[in-house]
Amino acid sequence: MPEPAFFVVMLAKIAVVFGLMLLSVAYLTWLERKVISDFQVRLGPMRVGPHGLLQPIADGIKLMFKEDIIPEAADRAIYVLAPTLALIPAFISFAVIPFGDRVRLFGQSIDMVISDVNVGLLYLFGVASLGVYGIVLGGWASNNKYALLGGLRSAAQMISYELSMGLSVVGVLMLSESLSLVRIVGAQSKAWFILLQPIGFLIFLICAIAETNRAPFDLPEAETELVAGFHVEYSSMKFAMYFMAEYANMITVAALATTLFLGGWRGPFLPPVVWFLAKLYLVIFLFIWIRATLPRFRYDQLMRFGWKVLLPLALANIVITAAFVALR
Amino acid sequence: MLLSYLPILILVLLAAGFALATLFLSSALGPRRPSKDKLSTYECGIDPVGSARERFSVKFYLVAMLFIIFDIEIVFLYPWAVILNSLGLFGLVEMFFFLGILLIGLLYVWKKGGLEWTT
Amino acid sequence: MEWLLFVPLAALALGTAAFVILLRNPIYCALALVGTFFALSGLYLLLQAEFVAVVQVIIYAGAIMVLFLFVIMLLDVGHEPPPWLRRDRPRLLLGLGLVALLVLELAVAIGSWIAPGIRGPYTSDYVNAVGNTQLIGRLLFTEFLIPFEITSIILLIAIVGAMVLARRQ
Repeated sequence: MPEPAFFVVMLAKIAVVFGLMLLSVAYLTWLERKVISDFQVRLGPMRVGPHGLLQPIADGIKLMFKEDIIPEAADRAIYVLAPTLALIPAFISFAVIPFGDRVRLFGQSIDMVISDVNVGLLYLFGVASLGVYGIVLGGWASNNKYALLGGLRSAAQMISYELSMGLSVVGVLMLSESLSLVRIVGAQSKAWFILLQPIGFLIFLICAIAETNRAPFDLPEAETELVAGFHVEYSSMKFAMYFMAEYANMITVAALATTLFLGGWRGPFLPPVVWFLAKLYLVIFLFIWIRATLPRFRYDQLMRFGWKVLLPLALANIVITAAFVALR
Repeated sequence: MLLSYLPILILVLLAAGFALATLFLSSALGPRRPSKDKLSTYECGIDPVGSARERFSVKFYLVAMLFIIFDIEIVFLYPWAVILNSLGLFGLVEMFFFLGILLIGLLYVWKKGGLEWTT
Repeated sequence: MEWLLFVPLAALALGTAAFVILLRNPIYCALALVGTFFALSGLYLLLQAEFVAVVQVIIYAGAIMVLFLFVIMLLDVGHEPPPWLRRDRPRLLLGLGLVALLVLELAVAIGSWIAPGIRGPYTSDYVNAVGNTQLIGRLLFTEFLIPFEITSIILLIAIVGAMVLARRQ
């Protein structure tokens, strides 16, 4: 049995990361609205608090007090379970992502990661596969043609791009020789993997946007298409939970891109956590930028792109990288 | 080693607890004024036509099947990738054979139009 | 200590497996099966098989069950009550007979020549030193190369089979 200090440190890390995650998800909505409004040459939220900074809180309170409608025809148990199934994987993914180097605090050597699992990257892959359930069950439980179709399409999109995402990181694995994210960051001491795996990074980024159902891959859930897709029958906090899950996924996948390709917390002079957050912010800003700029893909274009372009490209990347690694 | 999974378990319980608390709070705090229109299924403002549980396209089944197969392929790729450095040329050839066979499969599906999504 | 973890996981596995056949709504049954797979994954972790545990979730719970759900939703499979509610005596007796046979087999196997806890050359310490996934890779691509290559053929057959089935519609 490990000493009590171990448990205290573990619980502290969990509490801090979970709390910050909730806060980040809320303020990511504010950030997105502000950035998009900048792109569209308007002001965005300005009234609620200075520069609209209290907007997420106001939105949260509003959603909490809205009427909780469950359609008559819906399957009650799964209708309530589905948003929960979407939320849980979104919030537990961050457990294996290192956000800083080892620190010495109160005489203890603490790793800046909640849990350095040996198969960290596979753990993330597994949790990502579970994200499909919340959406497809939500669509089905609503007992609504549009919701079901939207849910199925969203699920089909997610699994198609999950493949290329899984393949795009194989190159990184060949270079780092470990599935542990802590060790992958460690392996980037000489060069960030984006320099050695530029195509892998590109594929990963595209798949990340498709995985999280963000624009331009957000057809299954856009308001103007398929009447908002799988969450059309959802209101109040259950609806909010789906969105919390989406934004949390966005943060996690940006953090993963940072860890795998941008050297994680590595960087000179500044403390590691600062570097991590800076790179994280950069990737998130990129996601928002892409959303503000690109038009939406049609569903068949989306699926064709995933299977006929990204999948072969990812396989080619693996073949080329493997040739370099095995023959040097 | 097992101990490193404990924080994950705690995190799962925390996330689940948070989700349940949110659900409970929102159903307790929100007003309750059910009406026939609010409870009925939404279909662009008109009355719903036909059941929602109709038969849908077979494309979804095909995508899911192909996903399983390529997922298994990826699962084989991961252990190979982490030790490729020590396997050398031999390891390269082995995996190329494996990937080649699956590439043939992908090309077959491609040629047969299995990757098209137009109805 | 191990029992503390084993008993709940085993109970969960057995309970959800029972639900798979007892529940009426096929979607609920599929979700119960997902629960079974999670319990199995936990049991693999107890056996220090990290890679297998995670792959169990990725492939079974994350891919195969998604296929099951798609099929159930697409075909709008109806609700059927379990055999004893349908008053189907022959099937019920056959099922119970097979269960008794299975339990007998397991009791004989566990009790006699399969000694619990066979020790091979790969101790926990060795595995942890080399790395779980790395060791699996090492074995898979040297000792077990032929089965690995045959797997690719099996997967190819599955691809062709899926296309043929889909074309029939």
